[in-house]
Amino acid sequence: MKGPRVVMPVLDKVERRTNFEEVACGYSLEEAQLEASRCLDCKNPRCVPACPVAINIPKFIGELIEGDLDEAYYTIYDANILPSVCGRVCPQEKQCEQACIVGIKGDPVSIGALERFLGDYSLENDVLRETKINENGIKVGIVGSGPAGLANAAEMRRMGYSVDIFEALHDFGGVLKYGIPDFRLPKDIVTTEIDRLRDMGVKFHKNVVIGKSITIDQMMNEEGFQSLFLGSGAGLPSPLGVPGENLSGIYYANEFLTRVNLMKSHKFPESATPVRIGDRVAVVGGGNVAMDAARTAKRLGAKEVFILYRRDMNALPARLEEIHHAIEEDIDFRLLRNPVEFTGENYRLKQVRCEIMELGEEDKSGRRRPMPTNVFETFDLDSCIISIGQRPNPILKESEANLEVDQWGRIVTDNHQTSIPGVFAGGDVVSGAATVILAMGAGKDASIEMDKYIKAKQSE
Amino acid sequence: MYKILKKEILNKDIDLMVVHAPLVAKNALPGHFIILRVDDMGERIPLTIVEIDGENVSIIYQKLGYSTTLLGKLNVGDEIADFVGPLGKAAHIRDVKSVLGIAGGVGAAPLLPQLREYSRLGVKVDLVIGARNKEYLILVDKYKKYCDNIYIATDDGSMGTKGFVTDVLTELYKEKKYDHTIAIGPLVMMKYVVLLNKKYNLSTDVSLNPIMIDGTGMCGNCRVTIDGKTFFACIDGPDFPGEGVNFDELIARQDYYKEEEHICNLRLVKK
Ligand SMILES: Cc1cc2nc3c(=O)[nH]c(=O)nc-3n(C[C@H](O)[C@H](O)[C@H](O)COP(=O)(O)OP(=O)(O)OC[C@H]3O[C@@H](n4cnc5c(N)ncnc54)[C@H](O)[C@@H]3O)c2cc1C
Ligand SMILES: Cc1cc2nc3c(=O)[nH]c(=O)nc-3n(C[C@H](O)[C@H](O)[C@H](O)COP(=O)(O)OP(=O)(O)OC[C@H]3O[C@@H](n4cnc5c(N)ncnc54)[C@H](O)[C@@H]3O)c2cc1C
Ligand code: SF4
Ligand code: SF4
Ligand code: FES
Repeated sequence: MKGPRVVMPVLDKVERRTNFEEVACGYSLEEAQLEASRCLDCKNPRCVPACPVAINIPKFIGELIEGDLDEAYYTIYDANILPSVCGRVCPQEKQCEQACIVGIKGDPVSIGALERFLGDYSLENDVLRETKINENGIKVGIVGSGPAGLANAAEMRRMGYSVDIFEALHDFGGVLKYGIPDFRLPKDIVTTEIDRLRDMGVKFHKNVVIGKSITIDQMMNEEGFQSLFLGSGAGLPSPLGVPGENLSGIYYANEFLTRVNLMKSHKFPESATPVRIGDRVAVVGGGNVAMDAARTAKRLGAKEVFILYRRDMNALPARLEEIHHAIEEDIDFRLLRNPVEFTGENYRLKQVRCEIMELGEEDKSGRRRPMPTNVFETFDLDSCIISIGQRPNPILKESEANLEVDQWGRIVTDNHQTSIPGVFAGGDVVSGAATVILAMGAGKDASIEMDKYIKAKQSE
Repeated sequence: MYKILKKEILNKDIDLMVVHAPLVAKNALPGHFIILRVDDMGERIPLTIVEIDGENVSIIYQKLGYSTTLLGKLNVGDEIADFVGPLGKAAHIRDVKSVLGIAGGVGAAPLLPQLREYSRLGVKVDLVIGARNKEYLILVDKYKKYCDNIYIATDDGSMGTKGFVTDVLTELYKEKKYDHTIAIGPLVMMKYVVLLNKKYNLSTDVSLNPIMIDGTGMCGNCRVTIDGKTFFACIDGPDFPGEGVNFDELIARQDYYKEEEHICNLRLVKK
């Protein structure tokens, strides 16, 4: 039997509450190789098909053990252009690591941490695979620079296409830049990974809202794009739908996180965008976004931060590691509480009234359904951050009547093809809020269909 | 980067700028706005598109606080870091025979493209325009091209009626009838114009100016309550029928960062 998992060092749980430094510190080479040696190099590795982009995991682990770090990195990069990102934020425990054979009797191999180690190694040492591109001169356009768009761009570029990415915001990376906080994913990592795509010849255009600045129709029929990929994500926050939701002091998580991550409000006034949260902050929701919001609020100086969630601890959808870090940082979990009303004074938030819930029968998701008890509890608050989900924004649909979307505004696709010929889509805009690696997988798979479509059209 | 091609000082507080922004100009319509960031550490602030000329976009801004003052420090040849648009829904141009525009302060800027559009369609257009004093009245000459009658109100009586636009309206409604009105100005002004117009059964479109960040429906900062329902001003607006708008809530939301704005302004003094 192999030894136990090598534990990744983390920052001190008290000190880190006052800064935005990355919490998980990464492995050293020795630690990485020791952890890598726990892999059994399976003939039929169960981990590989469990990775949405099918990284050749045993191969890179073998190369890492041999000390051939460059090769190990290339093995990952061929399948995944954002290893430093995915190694950090992938829900590994539900993907590659859940399938790992070593996990049957003990802790699975820390595949994500090893991937992160190699990604960081390449960034720190400027190790980069030369990509030879055979230009075919055919223009393709990509809407949105989140993981889906970036993965699609890399694949299309490798096939020789001339690739333009259009991003509505003033910075690239989608949720990686505006949503996920620095203490989980330092922003310079995302920037450097994106710069590599730029070096590969992908052209990045900021401040362009497709559907407004240029429409899909104009891109296809006036600007000469032969195919488009829509990776515009799921940005529109879902409301709670309770009275008082628009009082001042109530944020949707997107606004709160965007102020801090994209607009750098924690550096106010050096950065001109402020954020105001006060001493007592409630976060509504139990997913990764809620954990990020709560931990960010703590770092901005809130004295008391609590999570309001309508089910119990076992049902929290956030990653275990995030919940664990939140608990360490003194985030208070007030479970089985469902906000029913916000009240304020002069339109400023003062209190939230919650209904206490109890768990009933299992629902479709296999979790026990929260049931109202008609018993209520009220908390005093300075601010509240609502993070109960996101949907795609309506901009593309409103500008393109032919673009078919479902009742939640998600683009309907058949094998990544939308209802408009030549226009493909993937990532959160198709699946609804999901994960970085699923978005990347979709971007990658769509590139194959786009290539087929263009080739078929040209041979007509 | 987006180059400033022209700058015109309209009065002590208000400038006009022409900015080279081909992708904003391409599809812009009356009622659309842009969001800009003066520099790399800047806020994203929304401003209405006043005019389009080829690849160039005119904006008019009032130097109210940090970002607009910083913008005002730029000159012809300088570049603005970020400039994105056209955002929002184009103004809903109604099928009417006569329309009254009501502008307060810098609201005269966003109102202009809408009245121009009504005038182009052959609708009879009148204007009531209000400002602190004579020096602060803007665009009156431009409006003359599109309006049959222009009524002026100044707080100090230095030009036109002494008082607010609502004082002028009360007198005007005694003799004239309109099919529809559009009011753009400070939130308090729009609130009282809507209240007054309701008494005359007169519809009022307003243009709302909540604090915004992305302008694409992503953050929810710009939300407003209308008839108890939530709307995002950046994607559902910024123009809305004024009757159901909860102005008091919106005023509170706009004032939320007052103290921080003050801190930012202190930095300007130091600069
Ligand atoms: C706070 C937070 C934490 C998360 N944590 C994790 C995690 O730990 N692990 C994980 O796997 N996943 C996590 N996720 C989910 C993950 O980030 C998303 O699933 C992923 O980013 C989706 O990628 P995407 O490319 O589809 O969309 P996005 O990342 O949303 O990117 C879409 C981009 O398109 C742009 N855009 C939108 N409309 C237009 C338009 N009309 N024209 C031009 N550009 C446009 C947007 O501005 C945006 O930049 C988290 C999400 C959030 C919000
Ligand atoms: C769709 C839209 C179109 C707009 N068009 C124009 C325009 O054409 N010309 C123009 O001058 N302004 C316009 N505004 C308002 C403009 O965005 C604000 O004046 C600007 O953001 C203030 O930034 P600041 O940093 O200079 O001032 P701040 O220091 O942020 O604010 C100074 C004062 O202005 C108030 N304020 C804050 N935000 C706004 C706001 N969004 N609107 C009005 N007052 C605000 C605050 O209460 C504060 O007292 C528009 C706003 C919107 C939403
Ligand atoms: S990308 Fe994610 S799922 Fe794939 S190997 Fe890396 S951590 Fe595992
Ligand atoms: S399943 Fe686990 S042990 Fe087997 S190859 Fe994959 S990582 Fe190694
Ligand atoms: S400005 Fe962010 S949603 Fe409207």
